[in-house]
Amino acid sequence: MLQAGEWAYSEKLKEHFMSPKNIMQGENTDEFDGVGMEGNLQCGDQMMVVIKVDKESEVITDCQWKTYGCASAIASTSILSEMVKGMTLDQAFQISPKDVAKELGGLPDNKIHCSVLGDKALRSAINNYYVRNGMDDRVRQEQAKTVCQCMSITDHDIEEAVLEGARTYFELQEHTKIGTVCGQCKDEAESLLEKFKHIHFGV
Amino acid sequence: MKVYFDHNATTPLHPEVKKEMAEAMEMFGNPSSMHAWGREARANVEDARGKVAGFIGATQDEVVFVGSGSEANNTVLSLFVCASNMCIPGTRMRSTIITTKIEHPCVLETSECLAHRGARVKYLDVDRYGKADLDQLEEMLGDDVGLVSVMMANNEIGTLQDIQTIAKMAHESGALMHTDAVQAVGKVPVDVNLLGVDFLTISAHKIYGPKGVGALYVKKGTPYCPLIRGGHQERGRRAGTENTLGILGLGKAVEMRGQEMEGEDLRFAAMKSALKKGIEERIDDIHFNGHPLDSLSNTLNVSFPGAEGEAILLYLDLEGIAVSTGSACASGSLDPSHVLLATGVDAERAHGSIRISLGRGSTMQEVEYMLDVLPRTITRIRNMSTAYIKGGAHAASR
Repeated sequence: MLQAGEWAYSEKLKEHFMSPKNIMQGENTDEFDGVGMEGNLQCGDQMMVVIKVDKESEVITDCQWKTYGCASAIASTSILSEMVKGMTLDQAFQISPKDVAKELGGLPDNKIHCSVLGDKALRSAINNYYVRNGMDDRVRQEQAKTVCQCMSITDHDIEEAVLEGARTYFELQEHTKIGTVCGQCKDEAESLLEKFKHIHFGV
Repeated sequence: MKVYFDHNATTPLHPEVKKEMAEAMEMFGNPSSMHAWGREARANVEDARGKVAGFIGATQDEVVFVGSGSEANNTVLSLFVCASNMCIPGTRMRSTIITTKIEHPCVLETSECLAHRGARVKYLDVDRYGKADLDQLEEMLGDDVGLVSVMMANNEIGTLQDIQTIAKMAHESGALMHTDAVQAVGKVPVDVNLLGVDFLTISAHKIYGPKGVGALYVKKGTPYCPLIRGGHQERGRRAGTENTLGILGLGKAVEMRGQEMEGEDLRFAAMKSALKKGIEERIDDIHFNGHPLDSLSNTLNVSFPGAEGEAILLYLDLEGIAVSTGSACASGSLDPSHVLLATGVDAERAHGSIRISLGRGSTMQEVEYMLDVLPRTITRIRNMSTAYIKGGAHAASR
């Protein structure tokens, strides 16, 4: 239950929203070693993450950001920028939205989707660093795998639907129309549904 | 400083309403009882009914007390899927409903539900200011249409509709006319005879009355079917023991509106124009939403591209100012305001919109405080936004 005057958000989130850390000042991305941007304004969320990397150790020495989005989006990018400093590129690449939410002291279910762009932007900044430094072979693309051939629905679409609130196969179908033609993909779709529910909501 | 600029969401109780309700707190009788306790409660309910009826130009037996504006709207729409001869003889063959794309969700979601239950629902477009397309209405009207339901004033952008004309058009084609006047009653003059409507919805808590009570005007002789059955209360039109205290509060609220409405319009208009001017002068790249003239004088809706609405709302909240937003993030859904989208505003502008709604307690000092806080709030949010970075969506506009 909410106490009178209390926010729907954790104290930690409120703190990062009120005083966001490591906002990128100005517009010059050239002074950074890697730049990543995800999302778009029409959807209500866009995040840019820039990193400085120590070439020898591949440790992230600085991480700054810009975010267009709500309180959860702002706070989650802020806390992410604190988390990754001192991590190696490999460690940082492994950060999941769940890690960010945990660090923030939890996020309301309907706000999880506001926080998923930060770690995506971070990964694209890391990939950008690899490209800039001639290490194209280390770039890891997050390739989508088609699950439903008839409607051409990918695992990314399923993940998106889970973040938008789908919890059952029926709700997943409402969101994506998956499996509404031949229905052969049902088992795989259901197991992915469970997987993403577990990753994002721990259920 | 604490500034409540969210009166379209709800209003504080008027001190006189509070006083009257507090004094009546001991009154517990059931208005249906014949003894003294019951008669006392009945007298109070009927007194309130008289006040509400008088306020909108209706007769007393045309006013049905209900639990909320949403309930009143649900009641009216649900008439048109009633398959029972007992309830609405004559209208059940006309099962098409015409409404607009900018109605309150209690109308839109009910319409959607009715569509699954056999009704046909048609949605009128609105222009860029939120005015319903009357040419389209003319085309949609036909002998299949049973009801036209158009809100009188929009809660988000304040745009007023020409209910009188729409009602005339509806009646000429043989349809009944309903208007959701929850945001209009108590803000602009509302007379059911002038408007020519068959149903009209009122809510108490939008006019400094208590929550959990509303009223539905049902013109005498209009087909009707109760949404809540199983009691003779409200002359069989709404079962359930009356919310006596709430009804009494609603009665007092309209009485106070009757005394205080005059002149308020000009006061709001001055504050609204100060807000508009101040925002225009102090903040770049802004867009006002809604009709520039034909709109509630207490309501101002403005978009700040590059700044997301929930962030604006919460930063303002930290400074003691209450507003609301059309952003998806604040609504719990993924889509921004359906009203703004219907007026052709793009999704980003809708996400970055806030609604300022003034009330009887609002002052010019509060407006000045808002004009002090808002510009630096927007600058702060835009400085951390991706929208204005090199190559970003609004890089050129600043």
